Amino acid sequence: MNTPSVCEPPGSQAYWPAWVAGPLLGIVLLLTFILTGHGLGATGFTTRVTAWLGGEVAPRWTLANDYLGPMIEDGSVLSSWITWEVLGVFAGAFFSARLARRMAWRIEGAATSGTVGRLLKALAGGILAGFGARISAGCTSGVGLSGAAVLGVSGFVFLISFFISGLIAARLTGGGVK
Amino acid sequence: MIDTLVAIALGFGFGFVLERAGFGSSCKLTAQFRLTDWSVFKVMFSAIVFTAVGLYILEQLGWVQAARMYVPEPYLWAMAAGGALIGVGFAVGGYCPGTSAVGLMTGRLDAVVFFIGLFIGTFAFAGLFAQLDALTTSGEITTGDRLPQVLGMPEWLLLILLVVAAVGVFFLGDWFERRARLAGRA
Repeated sequence: MNTPSVCEPPGSQAYWPAWVAGPLLGIVLLLTFILTGHGLGATGFTTRVTAWLGGEVAPRWTLANDYLGPMIEDGSVLSSWITWEVLGVFAGAFFSARLARRMAWRIEGAATSGTVGRLLKALAGGILAGFGARISAGCTSGVGLSGAAVLGVSGFVFLISFFISGLIAARLTGGGVK
Repeated sequence: MIDTLVAIALGFGFGFVLERAGFGSSCKLTAQFRLTDWSVFKVMFSAIVFTAVGLYILEQLGWVQAARMYVPEPYLWAMAAGGALIGVGFAVGGYCPGTSAVGLMTGRLDAVVFFIGLFIGTFAFAGLFAQLDALTTSGEITTGDRLPQVLGMPEWLLLILLVVAAVGVFFLGDWFERRARLAGRA
């Protein structure tokens, strides 16, 4: 059956094969649409936290900002659905990793990029993703996965662009995290 | 209250499945772009097709109203630009926003740093919002926001094509994975 990949920590359970994980992810996503009328997401949460952080650290700038200001006036971070969904994601990931004995402090890719190099790349990637997700009003989860699942044109355009640029960027930058 | 519990439960399922699939690992995730591990394509594609077919069947049975489901606005250029930046971020940083949330909960410090980057990126966007506002709504498709309308194709036919494509992705992925194993790269 599936041989464990090089990315699996020694002593842990093998990851689920894609034909198990895919339909199960589909069940979660389908249930989300049935129960809420929308899909799953991630950056809706980080954006609201950004607005809140801005409000705490630089209230005048944040309130005057046309993007973050309205979000603060919208209410607290805890009043939005996506916040609780992402807190659920944290918990689900934690329990899954614990049960599979995959919990360990580590920096993946440090062996090939060096610790500082790998963390700088991770930071750069996060900045690009956080920035990009505001242009498309959603990320791989919210627009790519959820948008394509309702056959939205947006979802497919997003995913095609995402994968092509990712393939090219990986080629140009040494093949991702190893 | 009930909405909150539903949100936590669905998020829990999302996070659990992503972690089980190996999507908390930047190594496993970026192996997709090295074409040595096709889990990302396979899992995403099959989940999308599962949900799309499921919603179609449930609608035919009259259990859900597809018109009530949220579909992102069809701003072509905004989606292409956002997708491209997140794709590069994925290749360089090893995660996308959702999977970094999974990675950081499993002890990966690179995922913690990526997640912090999301906030910085959002601040940068907000700072440039006056210049970027127009881009976020550019390239609007006016024929509709869903593929069946835009392609002028009946939904059932499109779904059949997607199922076939998903099966094709599994076969193609298996072929690449076998090749990578033989070459000793996975």
